Amino acid sequence: MQEILQYLFSGITNGAIYAVIAIGFSMLYSSTELINFAHGEFVMLGALGMVTLVGTFHLPLIFSIIIVVVCVACAGLVFERLAIRTVRHPEPIVLIIITVGASIFLKGLSMIIWGKDAYTIPAFSSHPPIDISGAKLLSQSIWIIAIFLFATLGLHFFYKKTLTGKAMKANAISKRAAWIVGIPSKLMVMMAFGLSTAMGALAGVIIAPITMCSYDMGTMLGLKGFCAAMLGGLGSLWGALIGGFLLGILEAFGVGFVSSGLKDATAFLLLLLILFVRPGGIISSVDVKRF
Amino acid sequence: MNSTTRNSIIYVIFILAVSLAGYYINNFYYLQVLTFIGINTLLALGLNMLMGYAGQISLGHAAFYGIGAYGTAILTVHCHLSPWLALPGAIIAAMLVAYIVGIPTLKLSGYYLGMGTLGFGMIVNIIFREWSSMTGGASGFIGIPPLELGPVSFSSAKNYFYLVWGFVLISIIICRRIVDSRVGRALRAIHDSEKTSAAIGVDTSKLKLQVFVLSAGFSALAGFLYAHLILFISPGTFSFITSIRMVTMVVIGGMASIWGALLGASLLTLLPEWLHAFSEFEMVVYGLILMTVMIFLPKGLTKGILDIIERMVKKHDQ
Repeated sequence: MQEILQYLFSGITNGAIYAVIAIGFSMLYSSTELINFAHGEFVMLGALGMVTLVGTFHLPLIFSIIIVVVCVACAGLVFERLAIRTVRHPEPIVLIIITVGASIFLKGLSMIIWGKDAYTIPAFSSHPPIDISGAKLLSQSIWIIAIFLFATLGLHFFYKKTLTGKAMKANAISKRAAWIVGIPSKLMVMMAFGLSTAMGALAGVIIAPITMCSYDMGTMLGLKGFCAAMLGGLGSLWGALIGGFLLGILEAFGVGFVSSGLKDATAFLLLLLILFVRPGGIISSVDVKRF
Repeated sequence: MNSTTRNSIIYVIFILAVSLAGYYINNFYYLQVLTFIGINTLLALGLNMLMGYAGQISLGHAAFYGIGAYGTAILTVHCHLSPWLALPGAIIAAMLVAYIVGIPTLKLSGYYLGMGTLGFGMIVNIIFREWSSMTGGASGFIGIPPLELGPVSFSSAKNYFYLVWGFVLISIIICRRIVDSRVGRALRAIHDSEKTSAAIGVDTSKLKLQVFVLSAGFSALAGFLYAHLILFISPGTFSFITSIRMVTMVVIGGMASIWGALLGASLLTLLPEWLHAFSEFEMVVYGLILMTVMIFLPKGLTKGILDIIERMVKKHDQ
């Protein structure tokens, strides 16, 4: 019982992180039909940014989080403007290679800036772990869940209640129709990019205290976040949430009860399973292109 | 001049170029790089059949490369087979895996197909890493025997160079023959529109599966040659990054072009060697080059450069 609860806690913590990454993927896919293979590198930039601001310069926590997220989002905007919008024939394969190129570029750049060492930062607050019937819940886990809830609820309200959010949604549904009613579609795509990379950075920020941060941490996180997005249904906010938590929890139980070698395999086994059985994802009703 | 004689002339030029290179180059490093270009050409050729001609993305082809390499390693070291018997064994193993995986995977299309193959590639890589008793795990597989055929030993760089490029020539001829055949035309039809080709009587799912299996076979051959060249393999060589590099070779060289595969493989093998000069900026420059080529020449170098020349000629005429 105690074990199960412990695995569940670690699963939920990781699940929240995967969910935040998956939301970034999904949001971008729904408005641009693009899968950003550099997304994981924005997570890495978020984590290493925190290492510098909190670890080296000892800036206040909230202040650092805001700076990191805003800066990474700006980097995302620059990336969209320079490398994505300039593509004349946006075929999937071309975009895949461009985003992979960006991923290699960002990885190389961080290697120059931060070196090859791995860093970590102290937890956001130094409360002792909470004991729940024998299982320990780390204070950082609570922070992660809280920030995750804040971000998703914020996004939910942004899409439902604000005019800009509704415009972005309209643009995601049909670019042409949105354009006809006067929504500037290029701006909306750019905003989607900014928001998506901001979510990536946020995932990096909350993961920084519980992992070793180095220039090459992004790829695996990105791929797993991607699996989570596919699992729930690419392009849907709630799908990304369900996918993220499902992946996190199954991974924790897989490691706990079967073998630690299974850790990275879980995500990809689930990905294959969902692709073969229900390629639209768990909650999606849309029929994906399937011949 | 009909296409058969033209092809024969190209093959003769190719054989001459390879023999001349082998005859005059004695530097070990150059021979090694040229051998790697040959191995990468095999990878690009196989993937090009799938991506360039049939239009199906695979982001997990390094798995078949790895199955070829690990297959021959296991058969020669654990089962004490001769490498020449391990060669068909490794290739058949990769093709069998491709057949089984291809049936459900190739039903997907676009990004979803890319993701399915990506997941498959990652899982195979994890198997290489975790199944330590068979594969040596993360620290790698040592003790793969060098190749020899009767009195000829392939442990010298020059002999290995000839061996690899011999396989490249055979593979190019096979690919050419397929592309120019009825099957090749059907593949290109699938590339343009799967629905239309099905409507005119092409068995699309069967053909896609066949070309997937064929390209897996080429990758396994490359893996076999890699394993017996380096004599040591580790999971890192067959990771996601390798799959992406294979795709990049095909796209940068130019899709649906057999010589484009050769060009792409050469460039992507040479580029890291040239970029060593940039030392720590190597990755940054590599990433920038990838992005720039794809933004400005999305159809690859072969086609892109031909287009530019054509435009210049037209301008000149006006």
